[in-house]
Amino acid sequence: MQDVAHFIRYRKRQDRIFNVVGAICTLIGILTLVVLLGDLLIDGLPRINWQFLTSFPSRFAYRAGILSAIVGTICVMIVTMTAAVPLGVAAAVYLEEYAPRNRLTTIIEINIANLAGVPSIIYGLMALGLIGLCAWLEAVVRDGTGWQITLNPGRSILTAGITLGLLVLPIVIVTTREALRAIPNAIREASYAAGATKWQVIRHHLLPYSMGGIATGTIIAMSRAIGETAPLITIGALTFIGFLPPSPISSSPPFINFDWLGSQFTVLPIQMFNWVSRPTEDFHRNAAATGLVLIVFTLTMNAVAIVVRYRLRRKLKW
Amino acid sequence: MSQATAERRFPRVRPRRDTTAGARKRRDLREKGIGLLLFLAGASSILVTAAIVFVLVYESIEFFRHVSIVEFFTETRWTPQFANPKYGILPLVCGTVMTTVVALAVALPIGTTVAIYLSEFAPHRLREVVKPALELLSAVPTVVYGYFALQFVMPALKYVIPGLPTFNMLSAGIVMGLMIIPYVSSLSEDAMRSVPMLLREGSYALGGNKFITAINVVVPSSLSGIGAAYILGISRAIGETMIVAIAAGMQPNLTLNPTEPAATMTAYIVQVSLGDLPHGSIGYQSIFATGFLLFCMTLAFNVGGHILRRKFHQAY
Amino acid sequence: MRTGSSRRLELATLALVASLACAAGCGRDLHANSVPVTPIVFIDGLDGLTGIVAIDGSSTVYPVTEAVAEEYQIATRGSVRVTVGISGTGGGFKKFARGEIDITNASRPILHQEMAACKKNGIKYIELPVCFDALTVAVHPENDWVDTITVEELKKIWEPAAEGKITRWSQVRKGWPDEEIILYGAGTDSGTFDYFTEAIVGEAKASRGDFTASEDDNTLVQGIEGNKYALGYLPFAYYESNKNRLKALKIDQGDGNGVLPTVENVINGSYAPLARPLFIYVSEKSVQRPEVEKIVEFYLANAPALATEVNYIPLPDDAYPLVLKRLKDRTTGTAFGGETDVGASIKELLDRTPVE
Repeated sequence: MQDVAHFIRYRKRQDRIFNVVGAICTLIGILTLVVLLGDLLIDGLPRINWQFLTSFPSRFAYRAGILSAIVGTICVMIVTMTAAVPLGVAAAVYLEEYAPRNRLTTIIEINIANLAGVPSIIYGLMALGLIGLCAWLEAVVRDGTGWQITLNPGRSILTAGITLGLLVLPIVIVTTREALRAIPNAIREASYAAGATKWQVIRHHLLPYSMGGIATGTIIAMSRAIGETAPLITIGALTFIGFLPPSPISSSPPFINFDWLGSQFTVLPIQMFNWVSRPTEDFHRNAAATGLVLIVFTLTMNAVAIVVRYRLRRKLKW
Repeated sequence: MSQATAERRFPRVRPRRDTTAGARKRRDLREKGIGLLLFLAGASSILVTAAIVFVLVYESIEFFRHVSIVEFFTETRWTPQFANPKYGILPLVCGTVMTTVVALAVALPIGTTVAIYLSEFAPHRLREVVKPALELLSAVPTVVYGYFALQFVMPALKYVIPGLPTFNMLSAGIVMGLMIIPYVSSLSEDAMRSVPMLLREGSYALGGNKFITAINVVVPSSLSGIGAAYILGISRAIGETMIVAIAAGMQPNLTLNPTEPAATMTAYIVQVSLGDLPHGSIGYQSIFATGFLLFCMTLAFNVGGHILRRKFHQAY
Repeated sequence: MRTGSSRRLELATLALVASLACAAGCGRDLHANSVPVTPIVFIDGLDGLTGIVAIDGSSTVYPVTEAVAEEYQIATRGSVRVTVGISGTGGGFKKFARGEIDITNASRPILHQEMAACKKNGIKYIELPVCFDALTVAVHPENDWVDTITVEELKKIWEPAAEGKITRWSQVRKGWPDEEIILYGAGTDSGTFDYFTEAIVGEAKASRGDFTASEDDNTLVQGIEGNKYALGYLPFAYYESNKNRLKALKIDQGDGNGVLPTVENVINGSYAPLARPLFIYVSEKSVQRPEVEKIVEFYLANAPALATEVNYIPLPDDAYPLVLKRLKDRTTGTAFGGETDVGASIKELLDRTPVE
């Protein structure tokens, strides 16, 4: 009996020790987040003021600001969303509703899982290579036929948006699929019973119900895209940009133009990288402030995603 | 009833136009068209992979016309910018491997412990708070982590290891590890939670405490999920760019000493992209050759993880 | 899966950050109390300009061009858009020859093959020197055995054949201590590296590989001042800002006279071969656009002030009018004949007639 009591005490102590160890490890994780945010706040918060948010970059740290970076980020995000969401939702709908269970479908699914794990810089290399291909095609056509065609988007907002859109495509596809899967089959069957075609079922019933999931997925994808630096550096977004892209609204017909798509640009993470790489302390403060703005954007988007999902889920009636 | 009331109560129903043969044909055509469009959307992911592989392979072939494969894999110096350039990928691979090893040394133990703790030990309310907080950790942009590594972790390390160079693999690796913790812990924990309670109860019935149950029952049962989490972490660490570009320096260095600066494959690509990129030059092609090797490495790990999951998956 | 409490956590964090941000909204402006404001020379004709000016090229000239671009945009109140890239001197010339950019920054004169490329595409260029760049060879302040070093000795230390072989001071010159030399130098993809190797070893990018290379001036300065037996080369600008931590060596070109790297010595041409002029090349077609012509004028008018601000060395005062005249006369061609002429003084170069 002595042995058993001893044994039990030993085992209980083991549990207690591991409780402590586990708590410490968890604390390490949480503490990292706290220290990171704290460091950014201490270094960067004093630097954030109206002047910082509305000035262009400068060689003087005190004069520098992130206006062109913020506008660039917003423009690139618009293109990313336009590229990723329709394509992603369409692909997810296909995979969930239309695709037969054959090898091709399995290949597509493995492919998507793979793309999600490809390092982001590879997407940048792909874009760079395709830009080179476009330039080469232009030259070939020009030398061969004398026509000057402009295929080459070069270092523009359009290229960046499409690259990032392809990067976050797997995220959109996966979350949309989950949203579609969550809809009970009864809804589909009821629709079919009422005589709807496949597309009518999807358009009138499935898509509205999965809106919440799609919206959440989109926002999560955007918050991932906003922080991506490597692919954009590879495309070449690190030039001195002291101006904004041309406004899409012009005062003469047709009142909306797309010139801004071809404009050069810079984005928040690249501006932060630029400033972190400089040796002086005052640029590091600027970098911290940029990091704060970036995190606020990211957190806001994540928070909005959660709120959207919560509210749309409440409206579901099944 | 009067005519007016009748019309109000029983409104005339228009003949159903869309049951006519013509309408049916149009609808079928539209359905087929939409089906085709959606199929193209689904297949677009294949196009993306094809584009990636095409670009990487094409430029790498160009590169290997000038540089022998033997030199690429056995030469110990990576000096493409020199007058007599050397193209040995070993320093870059070494940089990637070393930073990954440091990162995994941080992430795997801590991540697994956190997963076990949250799934087996922690009270339910705590788990509800901690899990999203950890997921926040993975939502932070990597540039911010790079800043953190350079501005906070590196000075702290310098305090502990005097004489530490400003750029070193240790600070980059540690921060990378901290970033990967949520990947490892989240997936491992999901895997552990899917182990049915029955198995645990069997262990408790035999006199096991939580720790013994976790180590001897839960972990082995969820090994495929934990393995998948590990592989995901490795894959993420190999492909990480910004943290190492900012904190580990960009000088290729063939060394096993993590306190020295080094360049990883990803950092080299960034370094070249920041500067001169004349199309068609061998410097330009070298980033594609490096990228191709990187792609193959992550592909190998992803496929390996997939196979591992299939092989060891226990269905309950 | 995110649940209600995670939502609360997210919102709480967000609220915290947002409120702190608002509170610091009236944050103090980090005023430039310690940064002297460079007086900018304004030229006429800056109103009513519009358009885009595309500049690219050398990372060495970049700081000056960046300063000019920034001030020019402020002066034109943002109506002219200027982009400045860093593709390197070679990369810049390639784009320039294709007509993709208006102005290219160059840390060396245009070479034969680049001249041929321009000719093939019908691009005529105006060569304009804008300032000097110099490199300093520095050692630890307590280094008492060397004051002057010859180019030959530097070559002996830095050429590719020295790798692994020349590792001690005593191997370079008799009488120097028998200690290991610790070498520091510029990053291998920088213009500084190209320039140093060209000037000292005789061939660009030809260098030994076993030295600590870094683009970060702090690393170089810390490295050299951290070891008594260290030797390194770094841009003059970085040396100037850290004068009290390093000791500069006089460079002897072989005539027995060691010359110290100072602003005067660079301007009068006696500090050689580690001083070189930096150029901008303007496309003759582009300069017909008023916004391009004005930015080049602005550049030349402000080059003395801005070059000094970024720690480069301006041309002698009487050189700038000559350069401006070249612009006004639209004198195309190069005075260097497609080669880099290490060592000629700027006066000579400006006196020569540029040849296409």
